[in-house]
Amino acid sequence: MLPMFFWAFVVGGVICVIGQLLFDVAKLTPGHTLSLLVVLGAVLDGFGLYEPLADFAGAGATVPITNFGNTLVHGALQEADQHGLIGVLTGMFEVTSSGISAAIVFAFIGALLFKPKG
Amino acid sequence: MGNNNQTQKEKQYQSLEKKYETKRPVLKNCLKAFLVGGLFCLVGQAITYFYIYFFNFTEQTAGNPTVATMVFISMLLTGFGVYDHIGQFAGAGSAVPVTGFGNAVISAAIEHRTEGFVLGVGGNMFKLAGSVILFGVFSAFIVALIKTLLIQWGVI
Repeated sequence: MLPMFFWAFVVGGVICVIGQLLFDVAKLTPGHTLSLLVVLGAVLDGFGLYEPLADFAGAGATVPITNFGNTLVHGALQEADQHGLIGVLTGMFEVTSSGISAAIVFAFIGALLFKPKG
Repeated sequence: MGNNNQTQKEKQYQSLEKKYETKRPVLKNCLKAFLVGGLFCLVGQAITYFYIYFFNFTEQTAGNPTVATMVFISMLLTGFGVYDHIGQFAGAGSAVPVTGFGNAVISAAIEHRTEGFVLGVGGNMFKLAGSVILFGVFSAFIVALIKTLLIQWGVI
């Protein structure tokens, strides 16, 4: 259990450092950086490399935004396995739904509860 | 002649600009991003174990409720104005974890509530996070399509 915490910290930290380098060295905007990381996650899962990383680092791989691309591909492939090509579309959000629904639901609750500052 | 002068002045100005431009402290920024980003993942790992031990999720499926919980935490931090301060300190360390995605959606929702709930909150919610969803979904579509075709053709 303890090594899992350690590797979650290290791997998650390293992914954030990659993001920071894209900010500072490649001079990308946050929007470009995050989009790039999501695409990276999707491609990594396409090659079957993301799941081993998640097994190894736990939340270090599932909390960064790269996991969003990973879960999208995952859901699409899972469904495509059963229903063929059409499954790529129908299964896209199968695994990812929690992140998106949570973002929408909590954003609306947040907008109801909080007033904009400054 | 005048043109030449101009370029010389431009060159002078550019060297001057370079001299006074604040250098980005890349190493320091990376260290901050590493620590804060790692910390977010550490919290995520704790939440993952919480779901595994108390709600019978497996290591593979516990990622989903973890992400939802992190977005919930992000809502509270954004609403109370704490996430902005973390973001100023940590840069990518707060933007790259899923809490940063949550923050982008939630801050846009809160910011535009004065324009009404339908046109303001509803219309602007994905103003910042929309690009992440678009490129995530599109790249995932391409990747999954290629892989499915390759599997069907028996290549892999």
